Amino acid sequence: MRKPQRLGFIYLSIFVALLLTVMPMPQMVKLARPDWALLVLMYWAMALPQRVSVMTAFFTGFIVDVLVGTVLGVNALAFAVVIFAVAQHHLKMRNFSVVQQSLLLGMLLALYQLLLFWLSHFLTGVYFRPQYLWPVLTGMLVWPWLFWLLRRYRRQLKIQ
Amino acid sequence: MNEIYSRGPSLPLRLLLAVVLSAGLMFLDRYTDSSTQLRSYLTAAVSPLFYVASLPEALFSGASEQFMSQQAVLEENARLKETLLQQSGKLQLLGFLQQENEKLRALLGSSAALPVQRQVAEVLAVYSHPFSHQVVLNKGSTDGVSEHQPVIDDLGVVGQVVSVGPTSSRALLISDNTHALAVRAERTGVRAIVEGLGQWDLLRVMHLPHSTDIREGDRLLSSGLDGRFPEGYPVAKVVRISQDASQPFMVVYAEPYARLDRVRHVLLISSPPAVPEQTPPTQPEVPDA
Repeated sequence: MRKPQRLGFIYLSIFVALLLTVMPMPQMVKLARPDWALLVLMYWAMALPQRVSVMTAFFTGFIVDVLVGTVLGVNALAFAVVIFAVAQHHLKMRNFSVVQQSLLLGMLLALYQLLLFWLSHFLTGVYFRPQYLWPVLTGMLVWPWLFWLLRRYRRQLKIQ
Repeated sequence: MNEIYSRGPSLPLRLLLAVVLSAGLMFLDRYTDSSTQLRSYLTAAVSPLFYVASLPEALFSGASEQFMSQQAVLEENARLKETLLQQSGKLQLLGFLQQENEKLRALLGSSAALPVQRQVAEVLAVYSHPFSHQVVLNKGSTDGVSEHQPVIDDLGVVGQVVSVGPTSSRALLISDNTHALAVRAERTGVRAIVEGLGQWDLLRVMHLPHSTDIREGDRLLSSGLDGRFPEGYPVAKVVRISQDASQPFMVVYAEPYARLDRVRHVLLISSPPAVPEQTPPTQPEVPDA
């Protein structure tokens, strides 16, 4: 079995994604902000599912809950479910082209938004508005660039 | 072989664990009171992240101020001087009115209005998750901030503090889905409750019967009856009324005065509210004989 190597760099990338999640932005841009933390976790779950999977996603989601101020556990649950799906099918997903990947991830991002809305609706009674789905589209558009960037990052630093 | 199954519990088992843990968290946070304390600790723990995340913006705005032309600075200075002059003119009158008000209150035998203390705070992060409208402020318990403290800006009510860390605190905005406050229409004195909808520029006025006298353009001021917000601060302006007889109540929408989506500096007010928070005892107290 390979020894875990340079795991710190994985956490560094998740930390940066969390920073991007709370970075102040103009209102228009903010509504369409991609779910950075989830996208980065998706990459790691696909590339190194033995290092990053459901529990990492759970803890990252919990931090997002604290940062964003949603009911504790809502993001944690949605992250865990989505990353479970990615980790379960990582071998298949690796073989897809980047465009196919981003289409598939778009569906997963939509599932994430749906779960989030659903749980928040039961817990705090929010109303649905179609604008909530903007992050799905921007997430799909961002994915190819993020994938390329993170793959270089992983290979350069030899994270396994 | 697939390494994922060779180490630790299987993937579905981990998912089950995560689901159970988050269900527990949700229950704890939503249906018990212990989460307030937990949230303040967590807020304190993550506050450095907010400082780091707002660095680029702070640097950027700092740089743009640095390179502002002298002409622009002079113009701004002139404009500020003018507003200062106008406002201090109004303030002179205010001092007189306050004195008169106190005398009249004394004549009526009612309790004097308590002095209000204000504290300026800066917004570190406006988190605009559609399901939670909150801002993080750079003042915490070491500055004397406490929970439920009202937050206003130069135009109107912004929200209230919901969790406090040592150096930062979190305020819930009036546009949040879970927020409601008691208001009174300035023109008619009609009492109502204003709820957030999760939209930045729209609030809903709840439970107004069809016969209520309310018009578009009416100013809604905080009534102080909720025991949280002091009386008389502007909250919102009525913008849309729809009278649908099939609905039990009028559907009234209002636009907040405070620019919730771009607030930068806010005032934290600390004054005892008009109505004490604890309900008075139902039976009159028997004086000691």
